[in-house]
Amino acid sequence: MTKNSNNQSEWPLWEVFYQPKDGKPFEHAGSVHAADAEMAMQNARDTYARRSEGIAIWVVPSDQITASTTEDEEPFFDPANDKPYRHPQFYSTPRAVKKRK
Amino acid sequence: MSTLDIKPETKNKILVEVMLRLADDRLIHGHRLSEWTGHGPELEEDLALANVALDMIGHAAALYSYAAEIEGKEDEDYYAYFRDDIDFKNVAMMELPKGDFAFTIARLFLFSAYSYHLYKDLIQTVEDEQLNGMLQKHFKEIKYHLRHSREWVLRLGDGTEESHKRIQNAFDEIWMYTGELFDLDEADQAAIEQRLFVDVTAFRNEWKSLVNEVLKEATLNVPDDDQYMFSGARQGRHTEYLGRLLAEMQFLRRSYPDAEWK
Amino acid sequence: MTEEEKREAFQERIDNGEKIEPKDWMPDRYRQQLIRMMSQHAHSEIVGMLPEGNWITRAPSLKRKMVLLAKVQDEAGHGMYLYSATETLGVRRKDLIEDYLYGSAKYSSIFNYPTLTFADICVIGWLVDGAAIVNQTMLAKSSYGPYSRANIRICREESFHKKQGYEMLAKMADGTPEQQKMAQDAVNRWWWPTLMMFGPHDEDSPNSEELIKWGVKTKTNDELRQDFVDRTVMEAKAIGITLPDSELKYNEETGHWNFGEIPWDEFWSVIKGDGPMNRERMKARRKAYEKGEWVREAAMEYARKQKLKEEKAS
Repeated sequence: MTKNSNNQSEWPLWEVFYQPKDGKPFEHAGSVHAADAEMAMQNARDTYARRSEGIAIWVVPSDQITASTTEDEEPFFDPANDKPYRHPQFYSTPRAVKKRK
Repeated sequence: MSTLDIKPETKNKILVEVMLRLADDRLIHGHRLSEWTGHGPELEEDLALANVALDMIGHAAALYSYAAEIEGKEDEDYYAYFRDDIDFKNVAMMELPKGDFAFTIARLFLFSAYSYHLYKDLIQTVEDEQLNGMLQKHFKEIKYHLRHSREWVLRLGDGTEESHKRIQNAFDEIWMYTGELFDLDEADQAAIEQRLFVDVTAFRNEWKSLVNEVLKEATLNVPDDDQYMFSGARQGRHTEYLGRLLAEMQFLRRSYPDAEWK
Repeated sequence: MTEEEKREAFQERIDNGEKIEPKDWMPDRYRQQLIRMMSQHAHSEIVGMLPEGNWITRAPSLKRKMVLLAKVQDEAGHGMYLYSATETLGVRRKDLIEDYLYGSAKYSSIFNYPTLTFADICVIGWLVDGAAIVNQTMLAKSSYGPYSRANIRICREESFHKKQGYEMLAKMADGTPEQQKMAQDAVNRWWWPTLMMFGPHDEDSPNSEELIKWGVKTKTNDELRQDFVDRTVMEAKAIGITLPDSELKYNEETGHWNFGEIPWDEFWSVIKGDGPMNRERMKARRKAYEKGEWVREAAMEYARKQKLKEEKAS
């Protein structure tokens, strides 16, 4: 069994985001391996835009992404649940104004 | 002869000839590229080469289909499956075996650079609306093929010692087949007169400087033009490779010509 | 939290139908089982390119040539999505690939059979992709987020794979006597290997129970297989194809189709490496991998040089 164990040839991983339509926010599509940014763009295009899924692409080296963890969940996101005043439904509108719509 | 006094059937004949020349290049090149599917150097590149192959076969099918309409043939498959090698009009470069990845890239780059200039001029010139529309659509894909192959020429040329050697060998080997891209014969002349084709020699220098520029950046030598150049494939005088390629491509369809295969 | 509490909380999340994401805590065994299963799925997509790729250059019409090329290309894409999803578990694609090329990782036994006529291409689309869709539709509900999302994408793309195969097979079954012969012959050869794709019977499937407990799978091998047979019987009938099983019979009581015993000896033998095309398939994939080494290296070296140049310039 010959195993090719040198790692000189392993292309790093890139995360791919695409914009499905003009004006829409970018969505995560998946990832590709590529030796450099231009190749990552082309590989992303060939892999994730075969069925006209998007009109624009971002690629970013995977190791440059910092993600929150489950442990972060409570301090990060729960406090927002207590702030209903951030949402428009929190406020009432006089009936007369509603009628005019 | 001026445009006015040519008979419509002659003009159609010229148009068909132009389209078959364009289409055969693309079908045969697409066939060679498709041989990589499942065998590429990395998964991402497997996808990329299949995309290019699909583009080329698609371009050929569209051109054949229009030719079939004009000539009253059943459909595009007639041209792909029921002509012999002496009727095929592709340049010999396309039929050479797929070789290693460097060879595939060298061929794709040289041909894409050629197609880029050819289509740019054709779109300005061709007066047949349907053909022109097709060319405009295909031109977008050709631009991408050029970008993709150019990037790979740079990486292989200026990569490792081995890749440099391989891509240099590939260009050296393929060079004798580049002359034919710029041959002009009577059929071309007639087509140029009818504004159905362009004078390919007119953009030879532009093609050459694009190739020189990329090869230079890739630290590669541009092979010498002053060497034996293959020619005649457009007129049906091919290498021995085409016959074998067609034997494979056409065997099933020809074995059962009455069967429905679409 | 103690290890035990973490496990309980984890199981609770699974039971609530929550998705597990890469950074979340998970039992080691869950991670290991996912890596094994997902990479096996990825390897299968990649090896699966070979039997079908065998007919790209000989497809009998330009339309079928493009359809087939696009389909085989999709398999490469699906392999990539699955490797990407597996990489979120902290393993590298290179190691996974080398584990099936030179180590002990497995791929689906179905791809160790040869494609002899063009009808095989149609039957692979109809039966093999049909079976894969049944399996992947279930996996799209998997508890591991990245695996679930990869399967959703795959299912969305794969629906055309089955349709194109079934469409062409219908034409062949309704075509010239030669085409009919090819069509029936291909179905005869692929039927039993397709049923084997769902894996051994539940009682012989050591991993099933655990995978179901963790929501990685939501149905057992035998349930999925039955599902597939029930659908396929009608489809075969509709195009005048006979499935090669004399015991195939509708069971009024259960509402399912009974079918004969699968040749399990053959299954275990192919899994072990002794199938008609095992050695060929591995040889082809190793060759592609080894012959691609200098290309992958060149790209890395070029990137390194470019980076140096940029640093110098600034």
